[in-house]
Amino acid sequence: MDTNTIQHTTHLPQVTEPRNPGMELDMQWVRSVQANTSAIERRAATIPGRRSVKKQYQAAWLLRAITCIDLTTLAGDDTANRVRRLCAKARQPVRREILDALGMEPITTGAICVYHDMIAPAVDALQGSGIPVAAVSTGFPAGLSPFHLRVAEIGESVKAGAAEIDIVISRRHVLTGNWQALYDEMRAFREACGEAHVKAILATGELGTLRNVARASLVCMMAGADFIKTSTGKESVNATLPVSLVMIRAIREYYDRTGYRIGYKPAGGISKAKDSLVYLALIKDELGDRWLQPDLFRFGASSLLGDIERQLEHYVTGAYSAGYRHPMG
Amino acid sequence: MTVSEIFETMDYGPAPENAAEALAWLVDQGDRFGHFIDGEFTAPGDGFDSRNPATGEVLATLSQATQSDVDAAVAAARRAQGKWQNLGGAGRARYLYALARLLQKHSRLFAVLETLDNGKPIRETRDIDIPLAQRHFYYHAGMAQLMDEALPDRQALGVCGQIVPWNFPLLMLSWKIAPALAMGNTVVLKPAEYTSLTALLFADICQQAGLPKGVVNIVTGDGAVGELIVNSDVDKIAFTGSTGVGRRIREATAGSGKSLTLELGGKSPYIVFDDADIDSAIEGLVDAIWFNQGQVCCAGSRLLVQETIADDFYKRLRTRMDKLRLGNPLDKCIDMGAIVDPIQLQTITEKVAANDAGETYQAPVTMPTVGCFYPPTLITGLSTSDTLMQEEIFGPVLVSMTFRTPPEAVALANNTRYGLAATIWTENVNLALDIAPKLVAGVVWINATNLFDAAAGFGGVRESGFGREGGWEGLTAYTSSNDKTKTLTKIEPFKGTAGPANTIDRTAKMYVGGKQARPDSGYSQPVWGKSGALLGHVGMGSRKDVRNAVEAAQGAAGWARTTGHLRAQILYYIAENLSARADEFASRIDAMMGGRHGAKEVETSVQRLFTYAAWADKFDGQAHSVPIRGVALAMKEPTGIIGALCADEAPLLGLISVMAPAIAMGNRVVLVASEPYPLAATDFYQILDTSDVPGGVVNILTGAHGDLALTLAKHLNVDAVWSFSSSDLSTAIETASAGNLKRTWVNNGQSRNWYAADSKTFLTAATEVKNIWIPYGE
Repeated sequence: MDTNTIQHTTHLPQVTEPRNPGMELDMQWVRSVQANTSAIERRAATIPGRRSVKKQYQAAWLLRAITCIDLTTLAGDDTANRVRRLCAKARQPVRREILDALGMEPITTGAICVYHDMIAPAVDALQGSGIPVAAVSTGFPAGLSPFHLRVAEIGESVKAGAAEIDIVISRRHVLTGNWQALYDEMRAFREACGEAHVKAILATGELGTLRNVARASLVCMMAGADFIKTSTGKESVNATLPVSLVMIRAIREYYDRTGYRIGYKPAGGISKAKDSLVYLALIKDELGDRWLQPDLFRFGASSLLGDIERQLEHYVTGAYSAGYRHPMG
Repeated sequence: MTVSEIFETMDYGPAPENAAEALAWLVDQGDRFGHFIDGEFTAPGDGFDSRNPATGEVLATLSQATQSDVDAAVAAARRAQGKWQNLGGAGRARYLYALARLLQKHSRLFAVLETLDNGKPIRETRDIDIPLAQRHFYYHAGMAQLMDEALPDRQALGVCGQIVPWNFPLLMLSWKIAPALAMGNTVVLKPAEYTSLTALLFADICQQAGLPKGVVNIVTGDGAVGELIVNSDVDKIAFTGSTGVGRRIREATAGSGKSLTLELGGKSPYIVFDDADIDSAIEGLVDAIWFNQGQVCCAGSRLLVQETIADDFYKRLRTRMDKLRLGNPLDKCIDMGAIVDPIQLQTITEKVAANDAGETYQAPVTMPTVGCFYPPTLITGLSTSDTLMQEEIFGPVLVSMTFRTPPEAVALANNTRYGLAATIWTENVNLALDIAPKLVAGVVWINATNLFDAAAGFGGVRESGFGREGGWEGLTAYTSSNDKTKTLTKIEPFKGTAGPANTIDRTAKMYVGGKQARPDSGYSQPVWGKSGALLGHVGMGSRKDVRNAVEAAQGAAGWARTTGHLRAQILYYIAENLSARADEFASRIDAMMGGRHGAKEVETSVQRLFTYAAWADKFDGQAHSVPIRGVALAMKEPTGIIGALCADEAPLLGLISVMAPAIAMGNRVVLVASEPYPLAATDFYQILDTSDVPGGVVNILTGAHGDLALTLAKHLNVDAVWSFSSSDLSTAIETASAGNLKRTWVNNGQSRNWYAADSKTFLTAATEVKNIWIPYGE
């Protein structure tokens, strides 16, 4: 068990959880994994009908969702000031009087997620907040730059102060069935991360089948991923409920067999407060309450927060809210 | 709890659906209901309370129908029927469409009322029961529209008595009323006494739709009212409920000429192979046995898991069970609601308590303190001999055992008196499509469970009943062929005193298992021709001969797996050989019966063989258009072993008209020859012997119909009995058939024109439609 804790990153797994050391690649396990698309889609389709969270429960759940958001900007025109504004929003994602009306202490988002060059201003802006900075890395989003540069990029980002590294896997290893190569790549990325936590972005929209998603999830966990994450947000299909179901079932099985809890991050396409409730219910039912903490669950989202703020104000006032009433991030 | 506390605990909290509108509707009706007869609600009479099983609260007071109520309802339906039928399919389609639209407009009212009355979760009524009920009316509006064009030779049965259960009150009503109305019938329907409210709301929307009075009549009450309907002047009874009651209805309607369909109990296998998507198979079980608290006739209640994955599977299953939420059925955040009634709860509790085999796991879920609730339960390690592995529990209790190989899975799955549904989980398409046809069930789901749609027939085999609801196949249950029939009188054999016409004695034996067989009794009787000449002797068949013939037929089970092409070739070959001896057969018929129509009968028989040889590989199944990504394959399977009392008046043609469609479809037959004129049948086995018909596929007995019919009808390994005998046997056969609920087709003392082929009727009777649902997608 890794007992080192990093003071300013209270959201990270090592606070209460032993970090996943990974394991040997177990191809028998990998090959035994099945994913029946129709059945998975049916289960996913019933979740919104089976679970409903209302009134103060809904308000509390939405607040919890906020604490699990990796508030993200991954745009070519990002600047230091743009990132500072986002960091300020991460420190205070909900208007103070709304929190007061809800009887809540201040909350923050789970993390800020940026490109490498924006790490420094983000770290600076988040000093003392306890909010970690996550950096996308390894030639994000395609992951097709030279391997040694991808590994080196991780090192640079860690050096720059990123506490979490969101790597992208080589989709071609999955599509060609080269699980050993995927495992080795993931191992190398994990190694390069050192103390920083590593989220493996599977780019599920490019893996072809849910079975591939399940197997890639498993291989990345075997290779030491702390989190598995659906997408870069740049694929045509990003986080979906069926994909999430497959990935969190893989997480559950990995936990059952190894005792290590792996985190889950759906990213891209989750923009409505209602969607976030469905995701939280899915996690609660399939994995359990322990996974409803930011050290094991994150939303990769940029516009979700705005919708949640409006729903919270509606809960407090009884009147439907407007976007401009909430400070933009 | 405060927001900040919930923020820590992340509990779900209550999310109740508002019941105000539904309760207001009850108040508007005075909280007391009469019956709906001839387009009007009658004044409430003596009756009983309808309670919400989740709270015990009284929702309304209902009336117990009396004899005169039922008589009035049947009379109203009878008065309305002719006009309704004559309205034409297109005219009826408009009303059915209006009913569908109204069900949709009032969908939440129906859903909430159903949940209040039945105790099932609002999610199920809102997302499953009510949308499917609408779908049945839409679908059958289409069937009404198409009837004249697509079913020109079918007509309405008349007045249908329909008795529906409490587990899917409005849905079962829709399954029964929509096809009946579409085909031009009128109905008298009795909802279950626990759950009558949505039927009464449906009566309300019948008024809103302007449905002609008397077309739909609804009477409420307990089983005694059901009995009144069964015994009333209706043309058909459609019943969904327990096998025990179904059996009594079979007996009560025996020989009455009333058409009957029964959708009864089940103990449906849920088979998980080791290459399945295990988590999805487990989630499927949630839909199989914890759907509607397991009170589902086709619930996948018998889990069969491949031994190699059993431990892991059970462990994951228990984890999933722990996450199920029980509670207020109106809560939008629960998985399981209330058991329908305290009596049902007690039955479930007692059945589980009486079991001491295996290992029982009850999920430690939070249980409401009032109301009828039972926790999700799994009993593993059972054997086929354990009661709970065989008997329907009708509650949220899953029983399980393991298997080693696919053949063993099939054997265990089929080791039951029931045959309603079955589920298969495997990622191997070869395995799935190999196993599905081998399962004895009316519905098979592959990698899914409890999928229903109006376009796919639903119904069982064995003691799960007969008849289909939904799809083209379901319309058979609400129509008849529009042939005219005449009364058939008993044909007595000729008596004579003369000696044999031919001095070389020819011994007519019976034909069992491909061999000539002497009668077990050791007795024979003479056959005289019309002229009084002794034509020969035939064996006096007895129950032992029936036993031997059925055993031989059982031994020829492989016939069902032969190809239609092969069966066609054999039928052509029979025709060829019969044709070669046409003169001899014609003379024999003339000698037995007198007259000179033998040649025509033989020629028609040859034609008939050709016709069914042609059909053997052409009576295709269908791929139904169900609203999923996938197909529902309606496969036509042989009924099984058919015992037939062949027509007395057409000794060769009557036998061939029965045999040919039966064996063309892959059945094995035990044919009892024309009683007065048996020698055409006994001559015919020589044709069979030379035509490559495998032994046991066709067995021919001679003897008194009255003696043999009952043994056949009682035989638990016979799947159907047909009687075209001129002896009055219909009542006895149908009564005796209740033992294993075999299919019956009896003439009720009416003649049939054997010179008309009527192939579709015979082929339909010779087959069972099995719907195999195959969702796909990668």
